[in-house]
Amino acid sequence: MRKSFGDAYAEDLRFVVKQAVGEENFVDMTPNRSNNYCCGGGGGALQAGYHEARRTFGKIKFDQIMATGASYVIAPCHNCHSQIHDLAEHYEGGYHTVHLWTILCLAMGILGPNERAYLGEDLAGLLVPETREAEEDE
Amino acid sequence: MAEEAIKISGKKKSTFLDKVRELLPEGGNLNLCLTCGACSSGCPATGLEGLDPRKFLRMAALGLDEEIQKSNWPWMCTMCWRCIYVCPMKIDIPQLVYHARKLWPRENRPKGIRGSCDMALKHDSCSAMGASEDDFRFVVEDVLEEVRKTQVGWETLEAPINKKGATYFLNQNSREPVTEPDEMVPLWKIMHVVGADWTYGTKGWGAENYCMFLADDEAWKHIVEVKAKAVDDLGCKYWVNTE
Ligand code: SF4
Ligand code: SF4
Repeated sequence: MRKSFGDAYAEDLRFVVKQAVGEENFVDMTPNRSNNYCCGGGGGALQAGYHEARRTFGKIKFDQIMATGASYVIAPCHNCHSQIHDLAEHYEGGYHTVHLWTILCLAMGILGPNERAYLGEDLAGLLVPETREAEEDE
Repeated sequence: MAEEAIKISGKKKSTFLDKVRELLPEGGNLNLCLTCGACSSGCPATGLEGLDPRKFLRMAALGLDEEIQKSNWPWMCTMCWRCIYVCPMKIDIPQLVYHARKLWPRENRPKGIRGSCDMALKHDSCSAMGASEDDFRFVVEDVLEEVRKTQVGWETLEAPINKKGATYFLNQNSREPVTEPDEMVPLWKIMHVVGADWTYGTKGWGAENYCMFLADDEAWKHIVEVKAKAVDDLGCKYWVNTE
């Protein structure tokens, strides 16, 4: 946001997320938008090998997340997803980290059974679309 | 705090700051620092390695080039721009950091980042995990076939590859095709639902660019050029980066 399209784009994403999860289920973190903190996974940090420093950097993000009390964090970028997921495990945050596409497809009722790796137990069984056994190739 | 006090020896011998200033528009405003400390208060990398953005900039301003070159801190700054955002003088500290990374001999830069960049240079896929054009095609077609066979209502789902003239060229982080291919499917479904005319490209499908993080300009440029050419060759209008 801060580096590319700016806050107008952040508003668009909020609209999208609220449509999917419902206004009442959306909690913003503080601070937010262009004033938000980087999760600490960017700039090559995930691969740089300074894991302790990366997690210390990310502790701010972790505390922001915990302060929301939310049980799911939506991360549209894969890099952020990996970092925020790692922070949850390392600091035992107990929240789930999901890609935006997961939440969108879940809300539309089209998220297949194999596409739910990051959902928690509470949502894993929700709105599972119909499947059939694969037929053997003739 | 740094472990040892940094001694400033005699006359300024700096060239690092001057060199970076020459490269940046408006010199990155690097000479305009008010030492207010807003950047350091707001930077999540403050305190790591005993440094913070203001200190780092002061080191450069004082000509402590050697100390800058020895510091690991440039690998802890994520170049998130929060410091620029809060800085009253809009000082481009991330660019200073980027050039500090360049002071390291390539072979001494963090192995993980270097390895990911080198992998991406191996194929025109630009995948930092070294997955080739064929690997990608195989995985996408395999996953797609499975979805069509097993998911009711998705018999005609598409994941086009190298479709000429598609409006959107979509790329993909290597971790999906390589380690969790099912995670690509929700994206395909969304594109399907909204009726987007899109395609993957066997060339340039890797979304990531670790050569940029490595501060290897030539390699970074190469990766961007390969990707841009892939989009142009297919005649796509938009390049959609999922990163
Ligand atoms: S916020 Fe800007 S002016 Fe203030 S100390 Fe940092 S770089 Fe200098
Ligand atoms: S760009 Fe680097 S120095 Fe600036 S706030 Fe982000 S991590 Fe800190």
